[in-house]
Amino acid sequence: MSENTVQAKQKTPKPVARKDMTKWQWTWKEMKRNYVAYLMCLPFYLIFIIFTVLPVVLSMFFSLTIFNMIEAPQFVGIDNYLRLFLDDDIFIIAVKNTFIFAVITGPVSYFLSLFTAWFINELPPKIRAVITLIFYAPSLSTGMTVIWKVIFDGDSYGYANSILMRLDLIQASIQFFQNETWIMPLCIVVALWTSLGVSFLSFIGGLQTIPKDQYEAAAVDGIRNRWQELWYVTLPNMKQQLLFGAVMSITQSFNFGQIVTDLAGFPSYNYAAHTIMHHLQDYGTTRFEVGYSSAIATVLFIIMIGANLLVNKLLSKVGQ
Amino acid sequence: MARKLRTRNHKVVLTRSKGGDAGITVFLIIFGLFMFFPMYYAIVQSLKPLDELWNYPPKFYVVNPTLSNFSDLFQSMTSSWVPFSRYIFNTVFIAVVGTFGNLVFGSLAAYAVSKIKFPGRSILFAGVKYSLMFTATVTSTVNFLTLSTLGLVDTYWAIIIPAWGATLGMFLMRQFMVDGVSDTILESARLDGSSELRTYWTIAMPMVKPAWLTLIVYSFKDLWNTSSSVYIQSEQLKTFNYAISQIVSGGIARAGVGAAGAIVMLIVPVIVFVVSQSRIIETMATSGMKD
Repeated sequence: MSENTVQAKQKTPKPVARKDMTKWQWTWKEMKRNYVAYLMCLPFYLIFIIFTVLPVVLSMFFSLTIFNMIEAPQFVGIDNYLRLFLDDDIFIIAVKNTFIFAVITGPVSYFLSLFTAWFINELPPKIRAVITLIFYAPSLSTGMTVIWKVIFDGDSYGYANSILMRLDLIQASIQFFQNETWIMPLCIVVALWTSLGVSFLSFIGGLQTIPKDQYEAAAVDGIRNRWQELWYVTLPNMKQQLLFGAVMSITQSFNFGQIVTDLAGFPSYNYAAHTIMHHLQDYGTTRFEVGYSSAIATVLFIIMIGANLLVNKLLSKVGQ
Repeated sequence: MARKLRTRNHKVVLTRSKGGDAGITVFLIIFGLFMFFPMYYAIVQSLKPLDELWNYPPKFYVVNPTLSNFSDLFQSMTSSWVPFSRYIFNTVFIAVVGTFGNLVFGSLAAYAVSKIKFPGRSILFAGVKYSLMFTATVTSTVNFLTLSTLGLVDTYWAIIIPAWGATLGMFLMRQFMVDGVSDTILESARLDGSSELRTYWTIAMPMVKPAWLTLIVYSFKDLWNTSSSVYIQSEQLKTFNYAISQIVSGGIARAGVGAAGAIVMLIVPVIVFVVSQSRIIETMATSGMKD
C-alpha cells in the first residue's frame, strides 16, 4: 500500500520531467496531448499531400518506368532521362527557351517590382494605391493576354503592324506570332507585363514596416543620398520580403508557358517558344506517356527547387 | 538635434536630390504607360461599334462608344448550345467554393502550425514553404491520374478540391499569425478552459482579418482565371476564361466582344483587390521565408 503510493508519487510528478523519458516517449506524449492540432491540420494537409507532395514523389518513381495508364508500369531505369537528353531535340530547345525565359523574366521582374515599390513608397497613400493597382492589375487576369494578341495581330488591322507600315518601316504586315525572331521577345514582354505580382505587393508591404527613426538616425550618421539609404537602411530591413519575393519571382519565371500558349498557340511555330512546361503538357496530358512526362516533370522540379535554393542562399548574404 | 529631426517627415532629411526625383518620375510615367496601355486599349476596343473595329488604320480612341459588345457577349453566346450565363456560373461556383474551402482548411492548418506546439509542426510548415518553389505544372500529370482514379475528372471538383490545399494563402496566413496573434492571450484563453477550436475561432481568427482577405484574393484570383482545359471536357462545365478564348479566336469581327469579355474577366478580381488592398499590403508586410 505505502509502496504503491510512493511509486505513484514518483511516477506522477506534474508534469513528468522530460529528462526522465526517452525522446520517443516524450514525443508520443506530446502528440497525444496535442491531438487537436493534428485534427486541425488534417483536411488541409491531406489535400496538400495528395495533390502536391505525392505527385512529386510519384513522378520520381514513374520517371524510371514506361507507363501508359492502362498497363502496369514497367521498370526501365534511367532510359527516359537518356532519351530526354540525348535523343529528344525538341526537349533541348525547350530547355534552352525555358532558361532564356527564366533568366530574363526572373531578375527583370524582381528588380522592376523592387524599384517600383521603392519609388512609390514615399508618395501619398491614395496616389500610391492607384499606382499599385495599375501596376498590379495585369497580373490579376490571364484573360487580358488576348489583348496583346490583337495589338500584335498578324494582319494590318493590328496596331503594331499598322504603325510600322505607316512609318514605312515594313512593307507587308508581319505575322508576329508565326515568326521565329518575334515570338520569344514578344512573349517575354507580355510575361513581364503580367509579372508585378505577389513579390511586388510583398515589397510594398515590407517597405512600410521600416521604422522612420532608422532613416533619421541614418541621416544623422551621414547617409548622403537615397541610394546609400536603400543599401544601408532599407534593404537590410526588408530582407524577409526580399527572400520571399525572390521565391515568387523565380517560381513564376518558370511558369510563363500559359502566356506562350495563349499568344503563339501550342505547339508554337517551329517550337520557337516551346518550353519545358509545353513539353510536359505534350507528353503528359496529350500523349499520356506518363513515364516520359514524369521524367520531364522531375527535371523541371529539380531546376525550380535548385534555382530557388541557390538564389536564396545568395540573397541571404545581403547586408552581411 | 535628434529630436528636431524626428519631428520632420523623413522625406525632408537631406537625402533626396531633385535630379533623382525627376528620374524616378519619368521612370514611373513611362513604365506606368506601358502597364496601362493594353488595359486602355482593351477598354477602347470593347466600346467600339463594329464599323469602327474595321477602320483602317486602327484608332487609339473610339468615336461613337457603345455598350453593344457587352450585350453581344451575352446574346451571341446564347445562340451556342451552352448559354453564356452557364460559363459564368461555372467560374463563380468554382471560385467561391474553392476559395471558401481553402480559407477554412488553410486557416485551421495555419493556426495549428503557428500557435500550437506539437511534434511535427516544423516539418509540416517546411512542406508548405518548399511547395512555393515549384508550380502546379510539375504535378499536373500525376494529378490527372489521381483525379481520374477518384472519378473526379470532368466535374467541378477536379478544380475545387486541389484548390482547397493551395499553399500561398495558408503560408501568408501562418506568417501573419506568428507575430500577429499574441501567445499570451491564447495561453490565458486555454487556461480559462477554452478548447483549441474555440480559441481559433473566437480569438485568433478575428485578429487576422487582413490575412483572410489576402488568402481570399489570391485563391479567388487563381480560380477565377482557371481555364479548366485538361480536367474538364464537357462544354457545359467549362469556365468563363475558356469561353472568352473561344470568342477571341473568331478574329477581328469578334475583337470587340473579345475585349469586352477580357474586361469582364479583369474587372472582378480588380474589384476584389481594390476593396482589400490595404489589408493585403498589411499581410505582405509579414511575408518572408522565416521559420
